[in-house]
Amino acid sequence: MDILETVFIRNSLLVAFAVVGLTLWVSYLVADKFTHGRIHGSAIAISLGLVAAYFGGKLTGGNNGVADLTLLGGVGLMGGGMMRDFAIVATAFGVKLEELKKAGLAGVVSIFAGVIVSFIVGALVAIVYGYSDPVDITTIGAGAVTYIVGPVTGSALGASSEIIALSVAAGLVKSILVMIGTPMIARYIGLNNPQSAMVFGGLMGTTSGVAAGLAATDPKLVPYGAMTATFYTGLGCLLGPSILFFIIRALV
Amino acid sequence: MVVYGVALLSACLIVGMLIGEALGVWLQVEANVGGVGIAMLFLVFASNSSRFKSLIEGASGRGIEFWSAMYIPIVVAMAARQNVVAAFEGGMTAIVAGVAAVVVSFALVPVLSKIGSKKEREKTSVNRGTGS
Repeated sequence: MDILETVFIRNSLLVAFAVVGLTLWVSYLVADKFTHGRIHGSAIAISLGLVAAYFGGKLTGGNNGVADLTLLGGVGLMGGGMMRDFAIVATAFGVKLEELKKAGLAGVVSIFAGVIVSFIVGALVAIVYGYSDPVDITTIGAGAVTYIVGPVTGSALGASSEIIALSVAAGLVKSILVMIGTPMIARYIGLNNPQSAMVFGGLMGTTSGVAAGLAATDPKLVPYGAMTATFYTGLGCLLGPSILFFIIRALV
Repeated sequence: MVVYGVALLSACLIVGMLIGEALGVWLQVEANVGGVGIAMLFLVFASNSSRFKSLIEGASGRGIEFWSAMYIPIVVAMAARQNVVAAFEGGMTAIVAGVAAVVVSFALVPVLSKIGSKKEREKTSVNRGTGS
């Protein structure tokens, strides 16, 4: 056991490559044999990843899912922000400039619409559930924007740690639902071309959710959605503790 | 050389991140504003320009394509390190807020895509009109 642990920890990233590779192989096999390609293999793999993350979190009590298990620490590096961003940028290789220009305006509009709509929905839910303090309502609304905007807004406004945790949870629910729901709903919302992918990225905004959701829908759409999604959190952090808070304070 | 492509990709990301961080400081926001998006724009410009030919063709291009192909495995690893437990333990307020935000945003995708494409169609038809 000691030998195993030593080797696994010393080569953690390689362990992650092997484990993720195996997961994908199994997922594509299942997608092919049992769903006849109706469910994309990567959608299954991402769902397996989320399930594993749940059990990893339950077992260790940590915040990083499977990556908190000693033997699978490399998954944290492989799936961390640096590698994710590196691979996302790489998907832009071969993207045609004209496609971006075509959807440029709709993309920008969608980023603003996405932040404001998610915030309003989150704030309304907070009010329905009995929150009446403008700081609490704003923080929960900001959590529905993304799990980064929530705590950034909450700490800027001096929200309690309990409310900040709640806003992070709301953002996580959103992110996970976008990962799982996108391939299922793609057909019904016309998500099959670069333009709608840019609008989708701008409306959803959660980089992880959009990245995984589009990967499981059509990998060709990834760069377009990711491009707009990366501006979303920044805009949310800008609007949350300022204009959106002032509006909530004036209304409540 | 494969590493030229990887180096170009890394340089795009680092410069994009620097600009994103600077934008964040300038806007007084505690976040990187669009760093990845800006990096993607750099890579799109580079891959559409003839000046960077030696960095994007042949073996160099394969260095970028490799990381593009590693995207899905990396996303699977990313899913496996999410704090799923916290999402479930946030209680009903968190779950309802998250779900409602996603449902409403999904519903808006066709609406906003239409606005964009309609404008585009008008524009192209105007262009065609002046052309003929």
